[in-house]
Amino acid sequence: MTIRVAGGQGFYGDTPKSVQGLLDDGVDYLCLEALAELTLAILQKDRQKDEAFGYTRDLPAYLVVALPAVAAGRTKVITNAGGINPTAAARAAVGTARAMGITGLRIATVTGDDLMPRLDAIATDTALAHLESGAPYTEFPGPPLFASAYLGARPIVDALAQGADVVITGRVADAALFLAPLMHEHGWEWDDWDRIAAGTLVGHLLECSGQSAGGNLSREWWNVPHPWDLPYPIAEVEPDGTAIITKPRVSGGRVSFDTVRHQLLYEVHDPAAYASPDVVADFTSATCNDLGGDRVRISDVRGLPATPTYKVLLCHSAGWSGEARVAFSWPEAPEKAKATAAIFAKRVEQAGLAVDEWCVELWGVDALGGPTVPPRDAEPPECVARIAWRCADPQTAGLVAREMVPLSLSAPPAGMTGMGRGAARPTELLSLWPTLVEKALVDPHVAVTVEVT
Amino acid sequence: MTTLRLHEICGYRAGDKGDISNIALFSDDDEIYQVIVREVTAERVKEHFGAMVKGDVVRYEAANVLALNFVMQGALGGGGPRSLRADTLGKALGGALVRMEIDVPDSLADRRAPRPDVRWAEEILDHLPR
Repeated sequence: MTIRVAGGQGFYGDTPKSVQGLLDDGVDYLCLEALAELTLAILQKDRQKDEAFGYTRDLPAYLVVALPAVAAGRTKVITNAGGINPTAAARAAVGTARAMGITGLRIATVTGDDLMPRLDAIATDTALAHLESGAPYTEFPGPPLFASAYLGARPIVDALAQGADVVITGRVADAALFLAPLMHEHGWEWDDWDRIAAGTLVGHLLECSGQSAGGNLSREWWNVPHPWDLPYPIAEVEPDGTAIITKPRVSGGRVSFDTVRHQLLYEVHDPAAYASPDVVADFTSATCNDLGGDRVRISDVRGLPATPTYKVLLCHSAGWSGEARVAFSWPEAPEKAKATAAIFAKRVEQAGLAVDEWCVELWGVDALGGPTVPPRDAEPPECVARIAWRCADPQTAGLVAREMVPLSLSAPPAGMTGMGRGAARPTELLSLWPTLVEKALVDPHVAVTVEVT
Repeated sequence: MTTLRLHEICGYRAGDKGDISNIALFSDDDEIYQVIVREVTAERVKEHFGAMVKGDVVRYEAANVLALNFVMQGALGGGGPRSLRADTLGKALGGALVRMEIDVPDSLADRRAPRPDVRWAEEILDHLPR
Protein backbone atom coordinates (compact mmCIF):
# COMPACT_ATOMS: atom_id res chain seq x y z
CA MET A 1 0.00 0.00 0.00
CA THR A 2 1.28 3.44 -0.91
CA ILE A 3 1.03 6.13 1.76
CA ARG A 4 0.75 9.75 0.67
CA VAL A 5 2.16 12.29 3.12
CA ALA A 6 2.28 16.05 2.53
CA GLY A 7 4.23 18.98 3.93
CA GLY A 8 1.56 21.63 4.51
CA GLN A 9 3.61 24.14 6.51
CA GLY A 10 7.29 25.09 6.62
CA PHE A 11 7.41 27.60 9.47
CA TYR A 12 5.34 29.69 11.89
CA GLY A 13 3.88 32.35 9.61
CA ASP A 14 3.63 30.18 6.49
CA THR A 15 0.29 30.23 4.64
CA PRO A 16 -2.55 27.68 4.86
CA LYS A 17 -3.37 28.65 1.25
CA SER A 18 -1.59 25.63 -0.22
CA VAL A 19 -3.20 23.10 2.14
CA GLN A 20 -6.49 22.85 0.21
CA GLY A 21 -4.58 21.85 -2.93
CA LEU A 22 -2.89 19.02 -1.02
CA LEU A 23 -6.21 17.80 0.40
CA ASP A 24 -7.91 17.99 -3.00
CA ASP A 25 -5.09 15.87 -4.45
CA GLY A 26 -5.64 13.31 -1.68
CA VAL A 27 -3.15 12.80 1.14
CA ASP A 28 -3.30 10.28 3.97
CA TYR A 29 -1.35 12.53 6.33
CA LEU A 30 -0.98 16.28 6.37
CA CYS A 31 2.12 17.23 8.37
CA LEU A 32 2.53 20.83 9.57
CA GLU A 33 6.05 21.84 10.62
CA ALA A 34 5.88 25.08 12.60
CA LEU A 35 9.08 25.34 14.62
CA ALA A 36 12.34 26.90 13.45
CA GLU A 37 15.20 27.04 15.96
CA LEU A 38 14.24 30.42 17.33
CA THR A 39 10.46 29.93 17.23
CA LEU A 40 10.48 28.48 20.75
CA ALA A 41 12.00 31.73 22.02
CA ILE A 42 9.11 33.69 20.50
CA LEU A 43 6.61 31.24 22.00
CA GLN A 44 8.32 31.38 25.38
CA LYS A 45 7.81 35.18 25.45
CA ASP A 46 4.18 34.59 24.46
CA ARG A 47 3.61 32.18 27.33
CA GLN A 48 5.27 34.53 29.82
CA LYS A 49 2.57 37.09 28.98
CA ASP A 50 -0.31 34.58 29.03
CA GLU A 51 -0.26 30.95 30.21
CA ALA A 52 -2.90 30.10 27.58
CA PHE A 53 -0.35 30.69 24.79
CA GLY A 54 3.06 29.34 23.86
CA TYR A 55 1.94 27.48 20.72
CA THR A 56 1.99 28.71 17.12
CA ARG A 57 -1.18 30.73 16.92
CA ASP A 58 -1.84 30.05 13.25
CA LEU A 59 -2.74 26.42 14.09
CA PRO A 60 -6.53 27.12 14.06
CA ALA A 61 -6.20 28.72 10.59
CA TYR A 62 -4.68 25.47 9.29
CA LEU A 63 -7.25 23.31 11.07
CA VAL A 64 -10.15 25.29 9.60
CA VAL A 65 -8.94 24.16 6.17
CA ALA A 66 -7.97 20.61 7.16
CA LEU A 67 -10.58 19.43 9.68
CA PRO A 68 -13.42 18.79 7.20
CA ALA A 69 -11.17 16.25 5.44
CA VAL A 70 -10.13 14.81 8.81
CA ALA A 71 -13.76 14.48 9.93
CA ALA A 72 -14.57 12.74 6.65
CA GLY A 73 -11.84 10.19 7.40
CA ARG A 74 -9.77 11.17 4.38
CA THR A 75 -6.68 12.47 6.19
CA LYS A 76 -4.98 12.93 9.54
CA VAL A 77 -2.99 15.91 10.80
CA ILE A 78 0.38 15.76 12.57
CA THR A 79 1.96 19.00 13.76
CA ASN A 80 4.57 20.36 16.16
CA ALA A 81 2.49 23.55 16.51
CA GLY A 82 2.29 22.81 20.24
CA GLY A 83 5.58 24.65 20.60
CA ILE A 84 6.26 25.22 24.28
CA ASN A 85 2.65 24.49 25.31
CA PRO A 86 1.11 21.53 23.41
CA THR A 87 -1.71 21.21 25.94
CA ALA A 88 -2.91 24.74 25.19
CA ALA A 89 -2.60 24.06 21.45
CA ALA A 90 -4.79 20.98 21.85
CA ARG A 91 -7.41 23.08 23.67
CA ALA A 92 -7.34 25.52 20.74
CA ALA A 93 -7.76 22.61 18.32
CA VAL A 94 -10.71 21.24 20.27
CA GLY A 95 -12.23 24.74 20.27
CA THR A 96 -11.74 25.05 16.52
CA ALA A 97 -13.40 21.68 15.89
CA ARG A 98 -16.38 22.56 18.11
CA ALA A 99 -16.82 25.94 16.44
CA MET A 100 -16.96 24.11 13.12
CA GLY A 101 -19.54 21.69 14.49
CA ILE A 102 -17.14 18.77 14.15
CA THR A 103 -17.42 16.17 16.91
CA GLY A 104 -15.85 12.82 17.65
CA LEU A 105 -12.31 13.74 16.64
CA ARG A 106 -9.50 12.21 18.66
CA ILE A 107 -6.89 14.88 19.32
CA ALA A 108 -3.61 13.63 20.81
CA THR A 109 -1.00 15.68 22.62
CA VAL A 110 2.66 14.70 22.94
CA THR A 111 4.58 16.27 25.82
CA GLY A 112 7.89 15.63 27.53
CA ASP A 113 10.20 17.59 25.23
CA ASP A 114 10.20 20.58 27.58
CA LEU A 115 13.10 19.98 29.98
CA MET A 116 12.82 23.32 31.84
CA PRO A 117 11.05 21.88 34.91
CA ARG A 118 13.81 19.29 35.37
CA LEU A 119 16.83 21.14 34.07
CA ASP A 120 18.70 21.36 37.38
CA ALA A 121 18.31 17.62 37.97
CA ILE A 122 19.40 16.85 34.41
CA ALA A 123 22.39 19.15 34.76
CA THR A 124 23.70 17.04 37.65
CA ASP A 125 23.48 13.87 35.56
CA THR A 126 24.84 15.16 32.30
CA ALA A 127 27.28 17.78 31.15
CA LEU A 128 24.96 19.91 28.97
CA ALA A 129 28.17 21.11 27.36
CA HIS A 130 27.79 23.34 24.30
CA LEU A 131 27.72 21.06 21.27
CA GLU A 132 29.98 23.25 19.12
CA SER A 133 32.31 25.10 21.50
CA GLY A 134 32.46 22.39 24.20
CA ALA A 135 31.88 25.02 26.91
CA PRO A 136 30.60 23.42 30.14
CA TYR A 137 27.09 24.22 31.40
CA THR A 138 28.62 26.03 34.40
CA GLU A 139 29.48 28.79 31.91
CA PHE A 140 25.86 29.10 30.73
CA PRO A 141 25.18 32.86 30.77
CA GLY A 142 22.07 33.78 32.72
CA PRO A 143 18.85 31.85 33.28
CA PRO A 144 17.74 29.55 30.44
CA LEU A 145 14.62 30.79 28.59
CA PHE A 146 13.74 27.39 27.22
CA ALA A 147 15.25 23.91 27.13
CA SER A 148 13.65 21.54 24.65
CA ALA A 149 14.65 18.08 23.46
CA TYR A 150 14.14 17.13 19.82
CA LEU A 151 11.97 14.04 20.30
CA GLY A 152 11.68 11.36 17.65
CA ALA A 153 8.77 9.64 15.91
CA ARG A 154 7.90 7.10 18.66
CA PRO A 155 5.37 9.13 20.71
CA ILE A 156 3.61 10.21 17.51
CA VAL A 157 3.38 6.56 16.43
CA ASP A 158 1.96 5.76 19.89
CA ALA A 159 -0.67 8.48 19.39
CA LEU A 160 -1.61 7.12 15.96
CA ALA A 161 -1.86 3.62 17.44
CA GLN A 162 -4.36 5.04 19.94
CA GLY A 163 -6.50 6.19 17.04
CA ALA A 164 -5.56 9.85 16.99
CA ASP A 165 -6.93 11.94 14.10
CA VAL A 166 -4.84 14.99 15.00
CA VAL A 167 -1.47 14.77 16.77
CA ILE A 168 -0.05 17.91 18.36
CA THR A 169 3.51 17.86 19.69
CA GLY A 170 6.03 20.29 21.08
CA ARG A 171 9.59 20.10 19.82
CA VAL A 172 10.19 17.00 17.77
CA ALA A 173 12.74 16.64 15.01
CA ASP A 174 11.10 18.08 11.90
CA ALA A 175 11.47 14.91 9.84
CA ALA A 176 9.95 12.78 12.63
CA LEU A 177 6.54 14.36 11.93
CA PHE A 178 6.64 12.64 8.53
CA LEU A 179 8.48 9.48 9.54
CA ALA A 180 5.89 8.65 12.21
CA PRO A 181 2.93 7.92 9.90
CA LEU A 182 5.21 5.80 7.69
CA MET A 183 6.36 3.74 10.70
CA HIS A 184 2.71 3.37 11.76
CA GLU A 185 1.21 2.50 8.39
CA HIS A 186 4.00 0.32 7.02
CA GLY A 187 4.70 -1.35 10.36
CA TRP A 188 8.44 -0.72 10.09
CA GLU A 189 10.54 -1.99 13.01
CA TRP A 190 12.50 0.45 15.15
CA ASP A 191 15.79 -1.20 14.17
CA ASP A 192 15.02 -1.28 10.44
CA TRP A 193 17.59 1.46 9.94
CA ASP A 194 17.44 1.66 6.15
CA ARG A 195 13.67 2.19 6.10
CA ILE A 196 13.81 4.65 9.00
CA ALA A 197 16.51 6.52 7.10
CA ALA A 198 14.33 6.50 3.98
CA GLY A 199 11.38 7.89 5.95
CA THR A 200 13.61 10.49 7.56
CA LEU A 201 14.83 11.67 4.16
CA VAL A 202 11.21 11.86 2.96
CA GLY A 203 10.46 14.04 5.99
CA HIS A 204 13.51 16.20 5.37
CA LEU A 205 12.40 16.72 1.76
CA LEU A 206 8.87 17.76 2.79
CA GLU A 207 9.46 19.76 5.96
CA CYS A 208 10.18 23.12 4.29
CA SER A 209 6.95 23.31 2.30
CA GLY A 210 7.56 25.26 -0.94
CA GLN A 211 11.32 24.70 -0.91
CA SER A 212 10.98 21.28 -2.60
CA ALA A 213 8.49 22.53 -5.17
CA GLY A 214 10.36 25.41 -6.76
CA GLY A 215 10.72 27.89 -3.90
CA ASN A 216 14.20 29.30 -3.20
CA LEU A 217 15.51 27.58 -6.32
CA SER A 218 18.86 28.99 -7.48
CA ARG A 219 18.85 27.79 -11.11
CA GLU A 220 16.30 29.15 -13.58
CA TRP A 221 13.99 30.23 -10.79
CA TRP A 222 12.20 32.46 -13.29
CA ASN A 223 10.96 29.38 -15.20
CA VAL A 224 9.05 27.86 -12.25
CA PRO A 225 5.41 27.79 -13.48
CA HIS A 226 2.88 30.05 -11.77
CA PRO A 227 4.97 30.85 -8.70
CA TRP A 228 2.04 32.73 -7.17
CA ASP A 229 0.34 29.29 -6.94
CA LEU A 230 3.42 27.52 -5.62
CA PRO A 231 2.23 24.16 -4.29
CA TYR A 232 3.58 22.28 -1.29
CA PRO A 233 5.11 18.84 -1.77
CA ILE A 234 3.72 15.33 -1.44
CA ALA A 235 5.58 12.02 -1.01
CA GLU A 236 4.14 8.67 -2.12
CA VAL A 237 5.93 6.15 0.03
CA GLU A 238 6.03 2.37 -0.58
CA PRO A 239 6.39 -0.27 2.14
CA ASP A 240 10.04 -0.79 1.13
CA GLY A 241 10.81 2.90 1.73
CA THR A 242 11.00 3.91 -1.90
CA ALA A 243 9.32 7.28 -2.39
CA ILE A 244 8.11 9.54 -5.15
CA ILE A 245 8.38 13.24 -4.35
CA THR A 246 5.70 15.11 -6.25
CA LYS A 247 3.12 17.90 -5.99
CA PRO A 248 -0.61 18.36 -6.51
CA ARG A 249 -1.49 17.90 -10.18
CA VAL A 250 -3.43 21.15 -10.37
CA SER A 251 -1.10 23.98 -9.41
CA GLY A 252 2.04 25.81 -10.40
CA GLY A 253 5.50 25.01 -9.12
CA ARG A 254 7.94 22.29 -10.08
CA VAL A 255 9.38 19.11 -8.62
CA SER A 256 12.58 17.99 -10.35
CA PHE A 257 15.98 16.49 -9.59
CA ASP A 258 17.21 20.06 -9.08
CA THR A 259 14.44 21.21 -6.71
CA VAL A 260 14.77 17.99 -4.68
CA ARG A 261 18.57 18.13 -4.36
CA HIS A 262 18.36 21.78 -3.26
CA GLN A 263 16.29 20.58 -0.30
CA LEU A 264 18.27 17.37 0.27
CA LEU A 265 21.26 19.34 1.60
CA TYR A 266 19.33 22.20 3.19
CA GLU A 267 20.47 22.74 6.79
CA VAL A 268 22.45 19.49 6.64
CA HIS A 269 26.01 19.17 7.95
CA ASP A 270 27.53 15.75 7.15
CA PRO A 271 25.11 14.37 4.52
CA ALA A 272 26.48 10.84 5.07
CA ALA A 273 25.57 11.00 8.78
CA TYR A 274 22.39 13.00 9.30
CA ALA A 275 21.71 12.35 12.98
CA SER A 276 18.02 12.34 13.85
CA PRO A 277 16.56 10.98 17.10
CA ASP A 278 15.43 7.85 15.22
CA VAL A 279 18.39 7.01 12.96
CA VAL A 280 21.68 8.22 11.53
CA ALA A 281 20.72 8.58 7.88
CA ASP A 282 23.10 8.53 4.93
CA PHE A 283 21.61 10.99 2.45
CA THR A 284 24.55 10.39 0.08
CA SER A 285 23.31 6.81 -0.42
CA ALA A 286 20.01 7.98 -1.94
CA THR A 287 19.37 7.46 -5.62
CA CYS A 288 17.35 10.37 -7.02
CA ASN A 289 15.71 9.69 -10.40
CA ASP A 290 13.81 12.45 -12.16
CA LEU A 291 10.91 10.59 -13.79
CA GLY A 292 9.55 13.73 -15.45
CA GLY A 293 6.08 15.11 -14.89
CA ASP A 294 7.04 16.58 -11.51
CA ARG A 295 7.94 13.18 -10.06
CA VAL A 296 11.32 12.33 -8.50
CA ARG A 297 11.97 8.79 -7.25
CA ILE A 298 14.08 8.39 -4.09
CA SER A 299 15.45 4.92 -3.38
CA ASP A 300 18.32 2.94 -1.82
CA VAL A 301 18.61 5.13 1.29
CA ARG A 302 20.84 3.59 3.98
CA GLY A 303 20.81 4.18 7.71
CA LEU A 304 22.84 3.38 10.82
CA PRO A 305 21.60 2.93 14.42
CA ALA A 306 20.36 6.03 16.22
CA THR A 307 22.62 7.62 18.84
CA PRO A 308 21.83 7.26 22.58
CA THR A 309 21.24 11.02 22.95
CA TYR A 310 18.69 13.64 21.99
CA LYS A 311 19.72 17.03 20.71
CA VAL A 312 18.53 19.66 23.17
CA LEU A 313 18.34 23.37 22.50
CA LEU A 314 18.75 25.84 25.36
CA CYS A 315 18.43 29.58 24.99
CA HIS A 316 19.53 32.63 26.96
CA SER A 317 19.19 36.39 26.65
CA ALA A 318 22.10 38.09 24.89
CA GLY A 319 21.32 41.81 25.29
CA TRP A 320 19.26 44.28 23.31
CA SER A 321 19.68 45.60 19.80
CA GLY A 322 18.59 48.69 17.92
CA GLU A 323 18.86 49.59 14.27
CA ALA A 324 18.78 52.66 12.04
CA ARG A 325 18.91 53.09 8.26
CA VAL A 326 19.92 56.09 6.21
CA ALA A 327 19.83 56.29 2.41
CA PHE A 328 22.20 58.37 0.29
CA SER A 329 22.11 59.08 -3.42
CA TRP A 330 24.90 59.71 -5.91
CA PRO A 331 27.39 61.39 -5.79
CA GLU A 332 29.74 59.92 -3.18
CA ALA A 333 26.96 57.82 -1.66
CA PRO A 334 29.09 55.09 0.06
CA GLU A 335 31.50 57.66 1.49
CA LYS A 336 28.61 59.71 2.88
CA ALA A 337 27.09 56.58 4.38
CA LYS A 338 30.35 55.60 6.05
CA ALA A 339 30.94 59.12 7.38
CA THR A 340 27.43 59.32 8.82
CA ALA A 341 27.85 55.96 10.59
CA ALA A 342 31.12 57.20 12.08
CA ILE A 343 29.63 60.52 13.21
CA PHE A 344 26.72 58.64 14.77
CA ALA A 345 29.02 56.26 16.67
CA LYS A 346 31.11 59.20 17.90
CA ARG A 347 28.02 61.02 19.21
CA VAL A 348 26.82 57.86 20.97
CA GLU A 349 30.21 57.59 22.64
CA GLN A 350 30.10 61.26 23.70
CA ALA A 351 26.64 60.70 25.18
CA GLY A 352 28.19 58.07 27.43
CA LEU A 353 26.04 55.25 26.09
CA ALA A 354 27.65 51.83 26.34
CA VAL A 355 27.47 49.84 23.11
CA ASP A 356 28.93 46.33 23.30
CA GLU A 357 28.84 45.62 19.56
CA TRP A 358 28.32 47.57 16.35
CA CYS A 359 27.37 46.33 12.89
CA VAL A 360 27.63 48.75 9.96
CA GLU A 361 26.39 47.51 6.58
CA LEU A 362 26.52 49.43 3.30
CA TRP A 363 23.50 48.32 1.26
CA GLY A 364 24.12 48.67 -2.44
CA VAL A 365 27.83 48.06 -1.88
CA ASP A 366 28.63 44.89 0.08
CA ALA A 367 26.07 44.45 2.89
CA LEU A 368 25.20 40.88 1.94
CA GLY A 369 28.47 39.72 0.39
CA GLY A 370 31.11 41.26 2.64
CA PRO A 371 34.65 40.34 1.59
CA THR A 372 33.36 38.21 -1.32
CA VAL A 373 32.32 41.36 -3.21
CA PRO A 374 35.05 42.47 -5.63
CA PRO A 375 35.98 46.16 -5.68
CA ARG A 376 33.98 48.05 -8.31
CA ASP A 377 35.10 50.71 -10.73
CA ALA A 378 31.88 52.69 -11.08
CA GLU A 379 30.31 54.57 -8.19
CA PRO A 380 26.99 53.04 -7.08
CA PRO A 381 23.96 55.24 -7.80
CA GLU A 382 22.80 54.97 -4.19
CA CYS A 383 23.73 53.43 -0.86
CA VAL A 384 21.90 52.69 2.39
CA ALA A 385 23.80 52.66 5.66
CA ARG A 386 22.24 50.11 7.99
CA ILE A 387 23.64 50.51 11.48
CA ALA A 388 22.81 48.04 14.26
CA TRP A 389 24.04 48.00 17.83
CA ARG A 390 23.91 45.79 20.92
CA CYS A 391 23.53 47.11 24.47
CA ALA A 392 23.04 45.48 27.86
CA ASP A 393 19.49 46.82 28.32
CA PRO A 394 16.58 48.12 26.23
CA GLN A 395 16.76 51.65 27.67
CA THR A 396 20.33 52.19 26.46
CA ALA A 397 19.55 50.62 23.07
CA GLY A 398 16.69 53.11 22.70
CA LEU A 399 18.77 56.12 23.72
CA VAL A 400 21.39 55.21 21.12
CA ALA A 401 18.73 55.46 18.41
CA ARG A 402 17.93 59.00 19.56
CA GLU A 403 21.44 60.13 18.58
CA MET A 404 20.61 59.52 14.90
CA VAL A 405 17.83 62.11 14.79
CA PRO A 406 19.87 65.38 14.85
CA LEU A 407 22.06 64.09 12.01
CA SER A 408 19.31 64.98 9.54
CA LEU A 409 20.65 68.55 9.58
CA SER A 410 24.16 67.92 10.82
CA ALA A 411 25.76 65.21 8.65
CA PRO A 412 26.83 64.79 5.01
CA PRO A 413 24.18 65.96 2.55
CA ALA A 414 21.14 64.36 1.01
CA GLY A 415 20.98 61.65 3.63
CA MET A 416 18.19 60.78 6.04
CA THR A 417 15.92 59.98 3.12
CA GLY A 418 13.74 57.54 4.94
CA MET A 419 14.45 53.79 4.66
CA GLY A 420 13.07 53.01 8.08
CA ARG A 421 12.54 56.61 9.11
CA GLY A 422 12.74 56.67 12.88
CA ALA A 423 14.42 53.77 14.56
CA ALA A 424 12.67 50.52 15.36
CA ARG A 425 12.03 49.67 19.00
CA PRO A 426 14.83 47.80 20.74
CA THR A 427 14.71 44.04 20.26
CA GLU A 428 15.90 41.40 22.70
CA LEU A 429 18.69 39.25 21.33
CA LEU A 430 18.78 35.55 22.16
CA SER A 431 21.60 33.09 22.02
CA LEU A 432 21.14 29.38 21.37
CA TRP A 433 23.03 26.68 23.28
CA PRO A 434 22.75 23.29 21.54
CA THR A 435 23.68 20.25 23.63
CA LEU A 436 23.04 16.51 23.98
CA VAL A 437 21.07 14.67 26.68
CA GLU A 438 20.86 10.91 27.25
CA LYS A 439 17.53 9.59 25.95
CA ALA A 440 17.07 7.63 29.18
CA LEU A 441 16.67 10.94 31.03
CA VAL A 442 13.96 12.18 28.68
CA ASP A 443 11.88 9.18 27.58
CA PRO A 444 10.22 8.32 30.93
CA HIS A 445 8.58 11.75 30.89
CA VAL A 446 7.23 11.65 27.34
CA ALA A 447 3.44 11.30 27.51
CA VAL A 448 0.63 10.92 25.00
CA THR A 449 -2.90 12.00 25.95
CA VAL A 450 -5.94 11.75 23.72
CA GLU A 451 -8.97 14.01 23.96
CA VAL A 452 -12.23 13.46 22.06
CA THR A 453 -14.06 16.51 20.74
CA MET B 1 42.65 26.68 -18.60
CA THR B 2 40.45 29.70 -18.08
CA THR B 3 38.69 31.27 -15.10
CA LEU B 4 34.95 31.26 -14.54
CA ARG B 5 32.65 32.34 -11.77
CA LEU B 6 30.96 29.41 -9.99
CA HIS B 7 27.65 31.10 -10.73
CA GLU B 8 28.01 30.19 -14.41
CA ILE B 9 28.11 26.46 -13.69
CA CYS B 10 26.58 25.82 -10.25
CA GLY B 11 23.45 26.29 -8.17
CA TYR B 12 23.45 26.98 -4.44
CA ARG B 13 21.36 27.04 -1.25
CA ALA B 14 22.38 28.18 2.23
CA GLY B 15 20.88 27.08 5.55
CA ASP B 16 21.46 27.85 9.23
CA LYS B 17 21.78 25.99 12.52
CA GLY B 18 22.74 28.25 15.41
CA ASP B 19 25.90 30.12 14.39
CA ILE B 20 26.70 27.55 11.68
CA SER B 21 25.92 28.17 8.03
CA ASN B 22 25.95 25.39 5.45
CA ILE B 23 26.08 26.12 1.76
CA ALA B 24 25.33 23.41 -0.77
CA LEU B 25 26.93 23.91 -4.17
CA PHE B 26 25.20 22.04 -7.02
CA SER B 27 27.09 21.32 -10.23
CA ASP B 28 25.19 21.32 -13.50
CA ASP B 29 26.74 18.01 -14.67
CA ASP B 30 29.38 15.32 -13.97
CA GLU B 31 32.22 17.13 -15.69
CA ILE B 32 31.62 20.25 -13.62
CA TYR B 33 31.34 18.14 -10.46
CA GLN B 34 34.88 16.80 -11.02
CA VAL B 35 36.12 20.36 -11.48
CA ILE B 36 34.52 21.75 -8.30
CA VAL B 37 35.73 18.76 -6.26
CA ARG B 38 39.25 19.71 -7.38
CA GLU B 39 38.97 23.51 -7.20
CA VAL B 40 36.52 24.47 -4.47
CA THR B 41 38.34 23.29 -1.36
CA ALA B 42 37.37 24.11 2.22
CA GLU B 43 40.49 26.27 2.45
CA ARG B 44 39.47 28.33 -0.58
CA VAL B 45 35.98 28.84 0.79
CA LYS B 46 37.37 29.93 4.17
CA GLU B 47 39.63 32.43 2.41
CA HIS B 48 36.78 33.62 0.15
CA PHE B 49 34.59 34.62 3.10
CA GLY B 50 37.40 36.29 5.07
CA ALA B 51 36.23 37.95 8.29
CA MET B 52 32.60 36.98 7.61
CA VAL B 53 33.31 33.41 8.77
CA LYS B 54 35.12 33.26 12.09
CA GLY B 55 35.46 29.47 12.51
CA ASP B 56 36.49 26.43 10.52
CA VAL B 57 35.06 25.40 7.18
CA VAL B 58 34.53 21.67 6.52
CA ARG B 59 33.59 20.27 3.12
CA TYR B 60 31.41 17.21 2.50
CA GLU B 61 30.79 15.51 -0.84
CA ALA B 62 27.37 14.33 -2.02
CA ALA B 63 28.23 12.77 -5.37
CA ASN B 64 24.73 11.28 -5.68
CA VAL B 65 23.34 14.77 -6.25
CA LEU B 66 26.56 16.19 -7.79
CA ALA B 67 27.00 18.57 -4.88
CA LEU B 68 29.48 19.78 -2.31
CA ASN B 69 28.34 20.92 1.12
CA PHE B 70 30.35 23.51 3.06
CA VAL B 71 29.75 23.73 6.80
CA MET B 72 31.04 27.03 8.20
CA GLN B 73 31.38 27.60 11.95
CA GLY B 74 30.93 31.06 13.42
CA ALA B 75 29.41 32.31 10.18
CA LEU B 76 26.26 34.11 11.31
CA GLY B 77 27.36 36.85 13.68
CA GLY B 78 26.44 34.70 16.69
CA GLY B 79 23.43 32.89 15.19
CA GLY B 80 19.98 33.92 13.92
CA PRO B 81 18.34 35.39 17.04
CA ARG B 82 21.63 36.85 18.29
CA SER B 83 23.06 38.42 15.12
CA LEU B 84 23.14 42.16 14.42
CA ARG B 85 23.35 41.49 10.67
CA ALA B 86 20.33 42.14 8.47
CA ASP B 87 20.80 38.68 6.93
CA THR B 88 20.59 36.95 10.30
CA LEU B 89 20.15 33.47 8.80
CA GLY B 90 22.81 33.85 6.11
CA LYS B 91 20.35 33.24 3.29
CA ALA B 92 22.54 35.34 0.97
CA LEU B 93 25.74 33.38 1.63
CA GLY B 94 24.98 30.93 -1.21
CA GLY B 95 25.06 33.76 -3.72
CA ALA B 96 28.22 35.06 -2.09
CA LEU B 97 29.90 31.66 -2.55
CA VAL B 98 29.17 31.42 -6.29
CA ARG B 99 30.90 34.76 -6.80
CA MET B 100 34.15 32.78 -6.44
CA GLU B 101 36.25 32.45 -9.60
CA ILE B 102 37.85 29.08 -10.32
CA ASP B 103 40.11 27.59 -13.00
CA VAL B 104 38.18 25.42 -15.44
CA PRO B 105 39.33 23.41 -18.49
CA ASP B 106 38.83 25.07 -21.87
CA SER B 107 35.95 22.67 -22.58
CA LEU B 108 33.93 24.60 -19.98
CA ALA B 109 35.13 28.07 -20.93
CA ASP B 110 31.95 29.00 -22.77
CA ARG B 111 29.52 27.82 -20.12
CA ARG B 112 27.25 30.62 -18.91
CA ALA B 113 24.25 30.66 -16.61
CA PRO B 114 21.24 31.81 -18.63
CA ARG B 115 20.07 35.33 -17.93
CA PRO B 116 16.74 35.58 -16.07
CA ASP B 117 13.68 36.18 -18.20
CA VAL B 118 11.11 38.00 -16.07
CA ARG B 119 8.79 39.35 -18.74
CA TRP B 120 5.91 37.71 -16.85
CA ALA B 121 6.78 39.77 -13.78
CA GLU B 122 7.07 42.98 -15.78
CA GLU B 123 3.66 42.31 -17.30
CA ILE B 124 2.12 41.95 -13.82
CA LEU B 125 3.89 45.07 -12.54
CA ASP B 126 2.86 47.09 -15.61
CA HIS B 127 -0.79 46.41 -14.84
CA LEU B 128 -0.67 47.51 -11.20
CA PRO B 129 -2.54 50.73 -10.41
CA ARG B 130 -0.11 53.61 -9.99
